[in-house]
Order: sequence, then C-alpha cells, then structure tokens
Amino acid sequence: MKDWPLWEVFIRSQHGLAHKHVGSLHAADAEMAIRNARDVYTRRNEGVSIWVARSADIHASAPGDRDALFEPANDKVYRHPTFFPMPDEVKHI
Amino acid sequence: MYAQMVDTGVAKVADVAEMSPEERAFQARVDDDIRIEPKDWMPEAYRRTLIRQIQQHAHSEIVGMLPEGNWITRAPSLARKAILMAKVQDEAGHGLYLYCAAETLGVSRDQMIEDLHAGKVKYSSIFNYPTLTWADVGAIGWLVDGAAIMNQIPLCRCSYGPYARAMIRICKEESFHQRQGFDIMMKLCDGTPEQKSMAQAALDRWWWPSLMMFGPPDTASVHSAQSAKWKIKRLSNDELRQRFVDQTVPQADYLGLRVPDDALVWNAERGHYDFGEIDWDEFHAVLRGHGPCNRDRMRMRVKAWEDGAWVRDAALAHAEKRQARAKAA
Repeated sequence: MKDWPLWEVFIRSQHGLAHKHVGSLHAADAEMAIRNARDVYTRRNEGVSIWVARSADIHASAPGDRDALFEPANDKVYRHPTFFPMPDEVKHI
Repeated sequence: MYAQMVDTGVAKVADVAEMSPEERAFQARVDDDIRIEPKDWMPEAYRRTLIRQIQQHAHSEIVGMLPEGNWITRAPSLARKAILMAKVQDEAGHGLYLYCAAETLGVSRDQMIEDLHAGKVKYSSIFNYPTLTWADVGAIGWLVDGAAIMNQIPLCRCSYGPYARAMIRICKEESFHQRQGFDIMMKLCDGTPEQKSMAQAALDRWWWPSLMMFGPPDTASVHSAQSAKWKIKRLSNDELRQRFVDQTVPQADYLGLRVPDDALVWNAERGHYDFGEIDWDEFHAVLRGHGPCNRDRMRMRVKAWEDGAWVRDAALAHAEKRQARAKAA
C-alpha cells in the first residue's frame, strides 16, 4: 500500500488569533485531512477554524541561510522604538 | 518507560576531541539548549536513536489502546463508557502526534508499522499484561498513566523540537487520564468490601509492572549516558522511578490500599521511600515476547492493519480519481 500524503495542520484558536501550525497527519485528500485534523487536534475546543496544506507544497528557508536572511536585522536596532530615548518630561509618545 | 532501553548504536560516549567540526557545533547547540529542528544537521546516531525512541513511544500509545479498549463495552455506566472512549481516543491521538514527529526524521509511517509487526521494534512492556476486571482500568489510569507523566514531563524539554512539542500536547491531556483512573479507584474503595478487594487486587497486579516501566537501572549504560549528553533523556531511570514511588505511596494510603511490597518503608534520612527488588527476569522475559499477552496484542494489531487495508486503498483510489476528473474538466 502507498502512504496517504502528509498534510500540515493549522488551527485558529478562539480569540481571533492567526492560524497556527499544530502538527501534521496523513489523509487521502483535503476533505479527509480536515476531518482527521478535527479528531486529532481539536478534541478539547482548541479551535474554531482549520486549514490544511499538503506538506509537499510548503517551501521552507534552509537552516544554512539563517545568517544571510536574519543577521542583517541585528544591526538595525533603530527599527525599535526603544532606540530613541525620550526625556522624562515629554509625555504620550 | 514508554520507550525502554533505547539503543543509541554507540560503543562509548563521544569525546569532544574525537568530534568532527559539525558534531562539535551540534553538541554546542544542544549544550546551549537550542532546539534541533528537522532540517538542521544532526549526527546519524542521534537521528537513529530518536527514530527508535519516538517510534517505540508511538507504538506504545497505539498498543496501549488494546487493554483498555477491552473494557469499553463493559464499562459500568454510560458516563464511564464515554470517559473511557475519550481516553482511548486520546491515546490514538498521542500515537499520531508521535508518528508525525518520527516522520520528520525521514522514516515513513508504513515503515514504522511494518517494523512493529515484524517484531523489529518494541513497545512498552506494560501493555503485555491483561485487564481482568474493571478495577484494572482504574489502576492503569492511576499507575500507568501516572508513570507515563513522570517520564514525559522531562521529555517536553528534549533537544529535538518536534518530539518536545508533541510531548507538551500529550502531557496536557495525560493528566485527565491519571485522574479518571484515580477516580475509578476512589469509587471502588468507597464501595462494598468486594469492590474494595477488586481495587486491591488490581493494585497488586499493576504495581510491579508499573515500576518496571522505567526500565532497568541505567547508571552504567553507555546508551543512557549518550542520550543524556544529547538531551534526549534528562533524568535517569532510577531517579524517575523513585519520584514515582514517592508520589504514589501516599495516594495508595489515601485509598486505604496496601502497596504489595514488604520492603517498602519511609526513609527519613534520604527523604524518600525505600522499596524492594524488582524482578528483572520478568521484565526481560516480557520484552523478549513472553509476557501474558504479547502474542495476543500483536495478533490484534496486525489484524486491525490488514482488515483496514481495503479502506486505505479505496480512500486513496477515490482521491486520485477525483483529482484526475478535476484535471480533465
């Protein structure tokens, strides 16, 4: 027998948050993947909405590219508001 | 534990001086408590050890459904039946989280199931004992799931990300399992003398096998030392076993049940309970396949897999047909 394809499961919890990756499962098609995701990942009210995507369709950055991709952000501390000290007497800013 | 005596495939714990630059960088990440993720470089022995351990763990969850499933149709009330079904369904879920975690290491689901059925991979010794009465269902929840929690909480900090994340989900759900078991024991101990003696008999049956779940003392084991270095294993078998005894004996006292161990005594100096010798011959015999239910459990697993083959094939054929139609349209 051939393995059913692998799907990644994303669930939106109650509080208006974005869908979040929770795990994966095998299913023959998308409809079955959603049904199985409901049984495997939402037995205790964990969510109000499910997304599934074929694992094969997800492209990820390579661990080796970590520095090239993310290191440039390290020396741009001025992107954070705390970079600019404000005098105590200046309010509401 | 749910994964007992996991072979790391190494003859001795690697010394920093013998490591390749990649291995050194890997060990440094582990030492810094940075999680290892599926696409990161990892030593082959680390990958194989994790596959072995997660797979054993997953199989244990799945085989563990059998002794309890045995009682779904005979649970003493509708409420108990619904609760037991929810618990058994959780075990299926736990098996699935863990199979998926193992798959991120490059082993297929089918391969894992074939290896279990061929007897190449083990599951926990505990599931080879029979559930003779309803009290055994209570004892399993209280003791077996209690021992499982003891082992799984440190695994939430395991160095491999997908395994650690699966363990966090599992631990959240496992607590319900232990409490429903203790609740069954409380009801029986509050009941008629016959019901209380059923509870005692179940404790007598499950106490020693539960202590065996943690595996033999591993102080001298190279595999345990290597797993500890990789932060796959964070506490020794004996440490976990001692914690389990210390937390469980007062619970047995509360129930008014006697732990079946004449050597059990509080040691004020150590601040722990001393307890008797475990029969390791029995443990090794069960692992080798000679427990009371080994053959039965495997027969049931293989039958379920084979009987379900046409459903799996049909679902896939249906999905492929619909896909082909959608393409043609």
